[in-house]
Amino acid sequence: MIPELGQIALLLALATSVVLGVLPLWGAARGQVPWMALARPAAYVHLALIAVAYALLTASFVQLDFSVAYVAENTNRQLPLVYRVVGVWGGHEGSLLLWQLIQAAWMAALARFSRSLPLPLVARSLAVLGWIATGFALFVLITSNPFTRLSPVPLDGHDLNPLLQDPGMVVHPPLLYMGYVGFAVAFALALGALLGCRLDAAWARWMRPWTTVAWLFLTLGISVGSLWAYQVLGWGGWWFWDPVENASFLPWLAGTALIHSLAVTDKRGAFRAWTVLLALLTFSLSLLGTFLVRSGVLSSVHAFATDPQRGLALLLFLAVVVGVALAVYAWRAPTLGLGGRFAPVSRETVLLLNNVLLVVAVASVGLGTLYPLVLDALTGAKISVGPPYFEQVFVPLMLPLVFLLGIGPLARWKETELPALARRLRWAAGLSVASAVGMAWWAGQLSFGAVLGLWMGAWILCTIATDMGGHGRRLGQAPRALWGMWLAHAGVAVFAVGVTMVGSYELERDAELSAGQRAELGPYTFHFRGVREVLGPNYRAAQAWVEVTRDGEPLAQLYPEKRLYASQDTSFTEPAVVHGPLRDFYASLGEVQADRATWTLRLHVKPFVSWIWAGTLLMALGGGLAASDRRYRVAQRQAAASTVQEPA
Amino acid sequence: MTARQRRFAVVVAVLLTVGVAAALVLYALRGEIVFFRTPTQVLAGEAPVGQAFRLGGLVEEGSVQRNGLQVRFAITDTAQRVSVVYQGLLPDLFREGQGVVAQGRLDAQGLFHAQQVLAKHDENYMPPEASEAVSRAVRPSVEEGAR
Repeated sequence: MIPELGQIALLLALATSVVLGVLPLWGAARGQVPWMALARPAAYVHLALIAVAYALLTASFVQLDFSVAYVAENTNRQLPLVYRVVGVWGGHEGSLLLWQLIQAAWMAALARFSRSLPLPLVARSLAVLGWIATGFALFVLITSNPFTRLSPVPLDGHDLNPLLQDPGMVVHPPLLYMGYVGFAVAFALALGALLGCRLDAAWARWMRPWTTVAWLFLTLGISVGSLWAYQVLGWGGWWFWDPVENASFLPWLAGTALIHSLAVTDKRGAFRAWTVLLALLTFSLSLLGTFLVRSGVLSSVHAFATDPQRGLALLLFLAVVVGVALAVYAWRAPTLGLGGRFAPVSRETVLLLNNVLLVVAVASVGLGTLYPLVLDALTGAKISVGPPYFEQVFVPLMLPLVFLLGIGPLARWKETELPALARRLRWAAGLSVASAVGMAWWAGQLSFGAVLGLWMGAWILCTIATDMGGHGRRLGQAPRALWGMWLAHAGVAVFAVGVTMVGSYELERDAELSAGQRAELGPYTFHFRGVREVLGPNYRAAQAWVEVTRDGEPLAQLYPEKRLYASQDTSFTEPAVVHGPLRDFYASLGEVQADRATWTLRLHVKPFVSWIWAGTLLMALGGGLAASDRRYRVAQRQAAASTVQEPA
Repeated sequence: MTARQRRFAVVVAVLLTVGVAAALVLYALRGEIVFFRTPTQVLAGEAPVGQAFRLGGLVEEGSVQRNGLQVRFAITDTAQRVSVVYQGLLPDLFREGQGVVAQGRLDAQGLFHAQQVLAKHDENYMPPEASEAVSRAVRPSVEEGAR
């Protein structure tokens, strides 16, 4: 009964999304207020229906209703309750339902928190979201229905992939989707404004908090994914330039560019056409990412058994969305106008270059990701593009970006004096070079790459300090948006230091040890104490005990495991990590040798690696702080007051 | 500076950035593309010389020999086989008779020195390259049989 109810809820949700896509749009074109006003309730009803469907699928998981094919594929009797609940998004069908739920939630949020926006813009934007929701609802119902029944009913289900039985699974997909789908709101607001020919500084101000919040969720989602990969995959890496990682990184880069170009459109009215195009591009890249992950065209960590027909349907949907968006853009963009003028040396120019660099980064990462696919489709040749390509292309692009990141906040809008700017920055320049060399010297070898990377971090921090110093005693009154920017930029600095330190000074070694033996790694000694058997809820494991010491003083105890899940006949490596502010110790357990006493182990010392995630966390916090600035709320209240007065 | 000169300066800056990036991309792509080969292709002398490439297929039954950290095995596409040597920890789902993709170089004796070994990570999933290698090796014989 429950699956059938879920099915009905999904069908009704499809019907509401069609209503939402058609009537308010029609109303906006005809100036019919009642039809436009239909958009908000339709969005709420859509959310309620999707939430019901989602709750019913979760209920089927909790009750272990193996008559539902999707439940039988992704859960079994031994699975702990928490992984039954999050197992809902452990496979293809459920993760699409999660996408629908999150999109419905963003839609309802736009309906709820848009009191200050003009009604036609709200109606048009919600209608655009309605069309996207229709596309996904059709896709789910036709190709990936999570409620399909299975006959005969199996006694027990398959297991959720052991790699997915991790706390990362609880938070990574929802956060990532919050980001992906959040950009749909920016997309819809851009398209809605284009259709209504109402694109001004006020529009940019409305866009900013929505874009920033979507961006901060995507930032968190990507970094949780990276932390998860680091803790689970056992290679000790935090970013692999894997195609699926790139697929989430592309909208992040485009979203970052959008945040900066929106600042110019908001403050100076310039870059309008460009900002709109970026908003369209960012969400298109989110969709491209979903296509890449869900179609199974990629060979990567995320590629599980998939069905090519679904990939084709998603590709078609992507083509329609991008095609329609670009057509509307081509039709309306010439009416947008140019906005404020600016001198070659000004904050506008710096932000323009920021956008150029970020978009070029999108293009080159995208090229490396898609080139193997395109080549395979056209010629059948199989190639792969690995991390060296991305490092060679991406790092040189980030260097000027970080240099400009230091200058931008200190440059004035419209026009700034180059000599005065240089004079303000001379302390930051000197101090950052000195501290980078000093830190590299302290860490070990003095290499060009390490000094350059550390300089990037130091330069950002020194310029932020210069900027803060310029505020003098009024620093406490600086608006939240400014503090948010400083915090996010400081996050970039912390991230750069982490990446450089771990890249330049990490130690790694594969060792073959039996109980009581030691392995030296730099100044550290890894003492292999032995292996014992432990029992988990649905697995047995061989757990090793490794003690890390330096000069005889114990620093960390590591317990890496080799797990054997009851429902699968393969073992899984569960590495052990002890995080620290200055270094992580990391060990994974390999195979036992024929004598049953000697084990292979992979040992790592990773300096400053946790700074990578601390940096991304700071970026996200900065985004949150900036999005909560009074300015946006005051602006909304003023706009609301003016719309109330308008009819009079 | 006139408006036209200003616009010109901005356009030049943008083009310069894009140009430098394009040069970087082309340079990196030329050096860093990794080709994929099947054991049949390797035995036919189609493997890139002195350059890393990916070798895909199945781990031959009974071929895995461990000696401490060193592992020797053979990758087969059911028609031909190539011996592989690898130093280090193998992925969890590396098993005899299962799909595998190894990245590395061929030495003068025809032994493949793998730097990286990728295996499937799901019961139903096989690296696309590995299944491709097997189906390519199987396909010609099927066609011959038809003739």
